Amino acid sequence: MNAEMPSRDEMYAALEKRQGSEAVKKLQAATVAVCGLGGLGSNIAISLARAGVGKLILIDFDSVDVTNLHRQQYKACQVGRPKPEALLSNLKEIAPYTEYETHFEKVAAENAEALLAKADVICEAFDNAEAKAMLVNTVLENMPQKYLVAASGMAGYDSGNSITTRKVTKRFYVCGDGKSDVADGIGLVAPRVMLCAAHQALTVIRLILGLE
Amino acid sequence: MLFFYIWVMLTINGQSVDAAGKTVAEYLAEAGYNTVRIAVERNEEIVPKAKYAETVLTDGDVVEVVNFVGGG
Repeated sequence: MNAEMPSRDEMYAALEKRQGSEAVKKLQAATVAVCGLGGLGSNIAISLARAGVGKLILIDFDSVDVTNLHRQQYKACQVGRPKPEALLSNLKEIAPYTEYETHFEKVAAENAEALLAKADVICEAFDNAEAKAMLVNTVLENMPQKYLVAASGMAGYDSGNSITTRKVTKRFYVCGDGKSDVADGIGLVAPRVMLCAAHQALTVIRLILGLE
Repeated sequence: MLFFYIWVMLTINGQSVDAAGKTVAEYLAEAGYNTVRIAVERNEEIVPKAKYAETVLTDGDVVEVVNFVGGG
C-alpha cells in the first residue's frame, strides 16, 4: 500500500470528528448491498464508503463501457473491465479500510436471497425498469425483514428539486421523480443521476442511524 | 344529536378510488399499468405478483402502486 495512505486509525478518527462517534459506530457495523453499479450504484457505493459503512456488497453483471463514463464513477482507462472489479479498485483508493464483497453476475429472483442475505439495507440501482420491479418484488416478497431503497425517474434535464425520497411502506423507500423515463429519449445527465443516488445513499445512512 | 355518515372508499397512491370489489389485476389493467414494471403494496404489505388475480380490493384499503421507469 502507498506510504502516504493514512492509517485505519487516522481515517476512523477523522470520520468521528466529522460525523460523530455514535454515528460512525453504527455505520461501521452495517452491511449494505448495492445492486447495479451504474450511474446510481457507483455513486451510492462511493458515498457510503466515504461515510464509513462497514461492509459493501457490490453486484453487477456488466463491464465498463465508453458510454458509461459521462455519469458513472469509472475512469476512461477502465473501459472493458468488469464493473465490480473496476469500482472496487476505485473504492480502495477512496476508502481502503471498508470491507468489500463483489459479485460479477446478474441478480435474478433465483439468486437474490443468497446474494443479499448478509445485507441490512439493499439498494436497487439498476437502469432497466423491469429489472427494478423484479428486484423490488423479490425482496419485498421473500426478504420482508430487509430495508429496501429503490429508484425510479432521474432521466432528462428537469430541475433537481423534482427528485424526492418517498417512504412507501415501513421498510421500502423510492427515490427519484417517479416519471422521467430514459426510454422517452431524454437521456441521463450526471448531476441528476447523482442527486438520485445521493437521495438513496442518504436514506440508507438515515436507516442505519435509526432516523427513519 | 349529530349523525356522521362516512363514505369509505379505498385509497390508491393517495387518491380516493371507487374500486372496491375489483381484483388488483382488474384495477391495474383498467388503470393501464404494465405489471412487469410495478410493485403493489396493500395496507403495508406487498401483494405478490402471483396473487394479483385473486386479491380483491375492499373499502378502507390503502394501496400504493410503485411504477418503475428506466434509467440509473
